[in-house]
Amino acid sequence: MMFLFAQADQRPLFDWDWVGRNLDRIWERTLEHLALTGVAIGVGLLISTLLAAAAVRWRGLYAPIAGVSGVLYTIPSLAVFAFLAPFTGLGFLTAEIALVSYTVLILVRNIYTGITGVPATVTEAADGMGYRRVRRFFEIELPLAAPVIIAGIRIASVTVIGLVTVTSLLGQGGLGFFILDGLRRSILFPTEIILGTVLSAVLAAIVDLGLLGVERLITPWRRGG
Amino acid sequence: MSDAMIALENISKTFPGAAAPAVGDLSFEIPRGSILTLVGPSGCGKTTTLKMINRIIEPTSGRIWVDGREATAMEPHLLRRSIGYVIQQIGLFPHRTIAQNIGTVPELLGWGAERIETRVEELIGLVGLEAEMLGRYPSELSGGQQQRVGVARALAADPPVLLMDEPFGAVDPIVRGRLQEELLELQAKVQKTIVFVTHDIDEAIRLGDRICILNVGGVLEQIGPPVEILSSPANRFVEDFIGGERGLKRLGLLTVGEAELDSGPMVGPTAMVSDARAAIARYSTSWVGVVDDDRLLGWIGESQLDGHTSVDELELQPFVQTVSPADSLRAALDLVVRSHERVAVVCAGDRYLGILDLDAIAGEVTE
Repeated sequence: MMFLFAQADQRPLFDWDWVGRNLDRIWERTLEHLALTGVAIGVGLLISTLLAAAAVRWRGLYAPIAGVSGVLYTIPSLAVFAFLAPFTGLGFLTAEIALVSYTVLILVRNIYTGITGVPATVTEAADGMGYRRVRRFFEIELPLAAPVIIAGIRIASVTVIGLVTVTSLLGQGGLGFFILDGLRRSILFPTEIILGTVLSAVLAAIVDLGLLGVERLITPWRRGG
Repeated sequence: MSDAMIALENISKTFPGAAAPAVGDLSFEIPRGSILTLVGPSGCGKTTTLKMINRIIEPTSGRIWVDGREATAMEPHLLRRSIGYVIQQIGLFPHRTIAQNIGTVPELLGWGAERIETRVEELIGLVGLEAEMLGRYPSELSGGQQQRVGVARALAADPPVLLMDEPFGAVDPIVRGRLQEELLELQAKVQKTIVFVTHDIDEAIRLGDRICILNVGGVLEQIGPPVEILSSPANRFVEDFIGGERGLKRLGLLTVGEAELDSGPMVGPTAMVSDARAAIARYSTSWVGVVDDDRLLGWIGESQLDGHTSVDELELQPFVQTVSPADSLRAALDLVVRSHERVAVVCAGDRYLGILDLDAIAGEVTE
């Protein structure tokens, strides 16, 4: 047991008994955290793929798309909540709009870079073999862009998992609920704050490693001889 | 239509924004089963011409016929699946195994998995690679091996036409020479109609049944068999482009078998020394060869003959180097200038055929 500093009521900094009593709530919030992240990444990927595809088709679009998503990226999440609340209320939708907007910059950039990074000789060979546009995209360009795209998904996921905690202000928050709850008590309750923080970080690490595993699994050709 | 596999009719290409056409009003035909090499300086439109045949580049005007069908009126992807395509940078798909790469066009054509597998195994052998390579990825292969896979991929669906865009440009000279040789051996087996783009006139001469020499702007300067172009270049441009050593280049294309051989200073194994001296005198050499019923036994120096009556009393010296009918006249010339006696002895295996000297070889070039 660790005692970093003594509390007025001599309670330990981290109360394992509390954890034991609240395991089901912790599990529930962990799942909520993952769901909020998953939806944000899923919707973000969908939007980003469409935007990146448009930018690949019409190269002139890339600069404005990257510019707008870059601006979105700089707006503090609290400001986004305040701005959206009158329109979308305080809840899931508002939380997701904010989370998704943070993924778009990273994902659009990586999808675009990945696709345009496919060597011209490879696409020319594909054309010469008789590939049509759509099939070429799914069978040649997308698999070759996969490492760069997955790298983007990893960064976006880690970012979103951290940001989800802030959506606790909207009654969402996943593990962020515990952090907010710990701060809001009349006497600060460090156990909840530490638990929320550490589990959120662990979640980010697990998801990151998981995606790395996925990348290695679907790109056997990059492992070399 | 004649027996042309590919025919270009007044093809031209002007790229958007370009003042002058890259290719202007080009027409030629390529007979079935032959190799045409397209050669010329950079900017001559040779690659553009090649890429218009499978419509990677669309012609501005004119028509192209491939295998009796009007290529310029077909769906591009269907046309391309019936034309093998090999490019300099190879363009293998890095995320696919060698087997998958070779099987690309059959897969696009919807062949069954088993048929594709059989075909892929057949092709890997045809281009001289081991079947164990099929499971590897392109990055695990050397440049030369990758180029062989590129050729196998182009041949996969057995297309009648093969387009090759400087395919050996990026490999070192030794590998290039071997790949050229292999291509000719392969062509002897598969008999495709091949259009081969190169900037290297020697490669064009070596590989082409006919050579098409283009000038800047896609202007056709001369088209014809290499020997013809070397012996009678159409104009100053062609003459400059084929460069120096035209005579030597021509000798490289002619074989010893095509040349007229001289019977040479030869006597039988039991000939009298007086006969040997007569043969030496006739050819003004300092040696005489001994042939037994077409079999070359060796030679005797003039000075050895003194004090003997018959050549069977003498020890014969072996001919260290000979040339065969399949060798080029260039190789024969090399032997002539290196030999002390200025002659090349021609043998097919053990069988003596005759001799070649400088005059005889020079006669073949100027013919």
